[in-house]
Amino acid sequence: MKHLLSAGDLDAPAATEILDIAAEMAAVSGREIKKLPTLRGRTVVNLFYEDSTRTRISFEAAAKRLSADVINFSAKGSSVAKGESLKDTAWTLQAMGADAVVIRHPASGAPHRLANWVAGSVLNAGDGTHEHPTQALLDAYTIRARMGRIDGLHVAIVGDVLHSRVARSNCLLLRTLGAKVTLVGPPTLVPVELGEVSYDFDEVLKDADVVMMLRVQRERMNDSYFPTEREYSRRYGLDGARLRRMPGHAIVMHPGPMNRGMEITPEVADSPRSTIVEQVTNGVSVRMACLYLLLGGKS
Amino acid sequence: MPYSKIVLTDADVQRVVDRIAHQILEKTHGAQDVVLLGIATRGVPLSRRLAERIRTFENLSLPVGTLDITLYRDDLRQKAVRAVGRTEEPAGGIDQRRVVLVDDVLFSGRTIRAALDALSDLGRPSAVQLAVLVDRGHRQLPIRADYVGKNIPTALSEQVKVRLAEIDGVDEVRLESAA
Repeated sequence: MKHLLSAGDLDAPAATEILDIAAEMAAVSGREIKKLPTLRGRTVVNLFYEDSTRTRISFEAAAKRLSADVINFSAKGSSVAKGESLKDTAWTLQAMGADAVVIRHPASGAPHRLANWVAGSVLNAGDGTHEHPTQALLDAYTIRARMGRIDGLHVAIVGDVLHSRVARSNCLLLRTLGAKVTLVGPPTLVPVELGEVSYDFDEVLKDADVVMMLRVQRERMNDSYFPTEREYSRRYGLDGARLRRMPGHAIVMHPGPMNRGMEITPEVADSPRSTIVEQVTNGVSVRMACLYLLLGGKS
Repeated sequence: MPYSKIVLTDADVQRVVDRIAHQILEKTHGAQDVVLLGIATRGVPLSRRLAERIRTFENLSLPVGTLDITLYRDDLRQKAVRAVGRTEEPAGGIDQRRVVLVDDVLFSGRTIRAALDALSDLGRPSAVQLAVLVDRGHRQLPIRADYVGKNIPTALSEQVKVRLAEIDGVDEVRLESAA
């Protein structure tokens, strides 16, 4: 594996290997000394053109636990703000000897372009409305850890699917791993080409093993995708009443950051059925596994 | 002419493991604070066998763990990325315990170097010892074993192949010419 650009590039054995290695990495994170010498001397650049807290910090923690050197490069207050192109930035990173570039960019496809310009590995940390493969991997890891398997489970992905790279990557990966995925949301926010679609949340949640709530991306809501937030919340929000209608073993996921009271109520978010905090913890282990697989061998 | 000769038969392997178990008991004065740590892959079944023998001989149950040293190797960049195996700390951890590392073949010593690094991240043992089924020489680091099943003089080009019933279906050690 040279780059990690799309969850669709992973077949079932490759994805399973990442999850298995992540499980070993999780053991390291539970020790007093949370550090491995594996990537000593390697340089990982976090290149973030969009705001992000958890993904950037998660990648930074993952790289540091593997002893790599980390350079954080955010677009704000850098040469990018002065108008430097992605290509010129790429060459700068290249000249600094980056072994891997973790990129988040508002334009779909930016990581693919970057992969052609740098010699090192490129990890997609979210590109526009396209993909976010490490989020899908950490979600798959969390599902496997909680439910014991992924194969044969029914996963409902609910909300603003249209703008969600998390939904797209999860769709690809979870189907590869044998889950049945149903996309749920208002017709304006669910593209039909991604597979099975439903506009009736109450119908789907009755037999869902996993309910994955998506953030309503207010910053991308320039058009009128739904009449009011209240109406959205009533039809597609997950509240205590809906939680109680889900099967007893079913879990609730959310990639964060949450709009509490909008797509998810605090009662649900803070319930023991919610995996939201575990997802953050697992993110570090999964990203350690990805960095190891990309940088741990002969380049 | 390519050759492949048996240097330890299944009965030899049994006797050697018995002897190492006795030596551990003798050298550690009863193995009271000893934990066994098998180095993946074939050190793991060996460590379990040693624990089983010591239970038979002295009615003493030693904690057993496994150590995968892949993430501590010094040659990661020379080969394609390697799979990572399981590391399981023995019950009760390794702090203040006498750790006996168990491996099948002692060769360059680099695996043991990596294992020592891994150990220091896991905790602080009171002492570390090394038990190997075969010592084939050609050390590249100042490392020696405390318990050796058999010393086998080898040429650098030769290969020592250890097979164990738990993994390979049969117990034997062979010395083979370069493939």
